[in-house]
Amino acid sequence: MKSFSYAQATKPADAVQLLGAQPQSKFIAGGTNLVDLMKYAVENPDRLVDISHLDLAKIEPANGGLRIGALARNSDVAANALVQKQFPLLAEALLAGASPQLRNMATMGGNLLQRTRCNYFYDVSQPCNKRTPGRDAGDAAFRPTGCGAIGGYNRIHAILGSSESCIATNPSDMNVALAALDAVVQVTGPNGSRSIPILEFHRLPGTTPQRDTVLEDNELITAIDLPTSAVGGKSHYLKVRDRASYAFALVSVAARLVTQNGMIREARIALGGVAHKPWRLPVVEQTMVGKPATEATFRTAAQALLAGAKPHEHNAFKIQLAENAIIRALQTVSS
Amino acid sequence: MIPAEPAVDATQKQAITLKVNKKTYRLDAEPRETLLDVLRERLDLTGSKKGCDHGQCGACTVHVDGRTANACLLLAVMQQGREITTIEGLAPAGKTNGQEQLHPLQAAFVKHDGLQCGYCTPGQIMSGVAVLRDGHADSPADIREWMSGNICRCGAYAGIVAAIESVKKGDTIG
Ligand SMILES: Cc1cc2nc3c(=O)[nH]c(=O)nc-3n(C[C@H](O)[C@H](O)[C@H](O)COP(=O)(O)OP(=O)(O)OC[C@H]3O[C@@H](n4cnc5c(N)ncnc54)[C@H](O)[C@@H]3O)c2cc1C
Ligand code: SF4
Ligand code: FES
Ligand code: FES
Repeated sequence: MKSFSYAQATKPADAVQLLGAQPQSKFIAGGTNLVDLMKYAVENPDRLVDISHLDLAKIEPANGGLRIGALARNSDVAANALVQKQFPLLAEALLAGASPQLRNMATMGGNLLQRTRCNYFYDVSQPCNKRTPGRDAGDAAFRPTGCGAIGGYNRIHAILGSSESCIATNPSDMNVALAALDAVVQVTGPNGSRSIPILEFHRLPGTTPQRDTVLEDNELITAIDLPTSAVGGKSHYLKVRDRASYAFALVSVAARLVTQNGMIREARIALGGVAHKPWRLPVVEQTMVGKPATEATFRTAAQALLAGAKPHEHNAFKIQLAENAIIRALQTVSS
Repeated sequence: MIPAEPAVDATQKQAITLKVNKKTYRLDAEPRETLLDVLRERLDLTGSKKGCDHGQCGACTVHVDGRTANACLLLAVMQQGREITTIEGLAPAGKTNGQEQLHPLQAAFVKHDGLQCGYCTPGQIMSGVAVLRDGHADSPADIREWMSGNICRCGAYAGIVAAIESVKKGDTIG
């Protein structure tokens, strides 16, 4: 691992200031993604600003919902009584991710920002537009360095929203649940604070796959807000993977459904493992309202969510898998 | 605003203090040194193993403030002020009838063949102790799920689950 300097921040404002004081600085929270990538020389910061001691780990009621501090550990959030009662979908998704050890270390902010990635991203001997963006990224003369996965082994890759630059998927389980729950990400930076709705937080690759999110490099995530929906309902996180536990999702579904007399009143469906960001289409959810909570309705919605899916050489199976997973998840929450 | 802690030069070693198994260690370390490397290479605590060095296998599992963590992904400099427990600190101190004592789960691993080569064992036991302590050992399925962060290349899983179950039933966790 490349040598770097270290500074510990005690207040959010200090953290932002420390980060801005030296180029090539990065925050470190749990370190489970960053240290891993530094060992592979994929991330090479000159300085780490340790934010793990910031007083941002509380889970508190706020505006009828919950505010979860960015430094709250994934395991603490999953075990929190308020979260389990009001947002069991989030607890379920968190517990489906990584391992107990990693969840003890991983933070909410770090999980939001774990890199959207693939195996080729980790291998510095392979071309990757995300790891090594073309020199003129963003302008008309953009020349990509290449993507190892396009034309390579792409079983785990995206079927929706990908570009000719990058077909990686966002690997977070938590993010899929947050997308279904209309979470709002609270951030602060040198120019003040702002709130970013979760569906706008992660981005599609386009011609700039090096950017996973709309967060600026000098901004600190302080909290995640979860608004309470007006009506109750049932939720479920379904994760399909290559082994029973401790594996990234091939496809996952965060579903929430409110039904009355067998009719759908409200629906939320977010997909993981299929795109560069959690995949959610509110227009499709709208079309479900007022329809019977039956397999036919669920299948129509699943097909609408997956309309335009574009498989690569090894991942065509994901389309049918996702359709079935959506139906299964919706059946689980309607029964 | 002036930050409380001064920044440290990249190449410069920094004096750090770690509390491991109730002992205080003072040493100079670079920011990039992981807790696992410091334990094994500097403090001669080689019980925690390096399997993958990437958070994937669990061989390096230690307890930090009573919770399991992968020491290979922790920077030592960030663990100051925390209570670290390794496999070496698990058994009760002192001797009974001239014999060193084992933690009940260590004894159960011996009795139930919870190991073959033994490489993953320290990590398995550190996770197993947490699984028992946190109430995740109610069924074999529960144990398997909550032990999933520890891979055993020899496939001693049946013995590992049996060992944890036996301690759960005997209720003799330390
Ligand atoms: C073997 C393995 C298996 C895994 N399996 C899964 C899985 O199945 N499902 C899943 O969802 N995840 C999985 N993960 C990923 C894991 O969930 C993430 O690594 C973790 O959530 C990252 O959180 P962290 O606090 O450790 O982040 P860090 O590594 O500390 O930080 C990650 C990034 O976020 C930035 N950052 C952190 N906090 C903030 C903040 N508050 N403001 C601004 N920037 C910040 C850092 O600068 C860094 O760039 C796995 C990881 C490993 C190693
Ligand atoms: S899919 Fe994206 S992350 Fe993977 S190699 Fe291609 S550009 Fe890199
Ligand atoms: S050595 Fe740490 S998890 Fe494998
Ligand atoms: S006993 Fe050999 S790896 Fe588990």
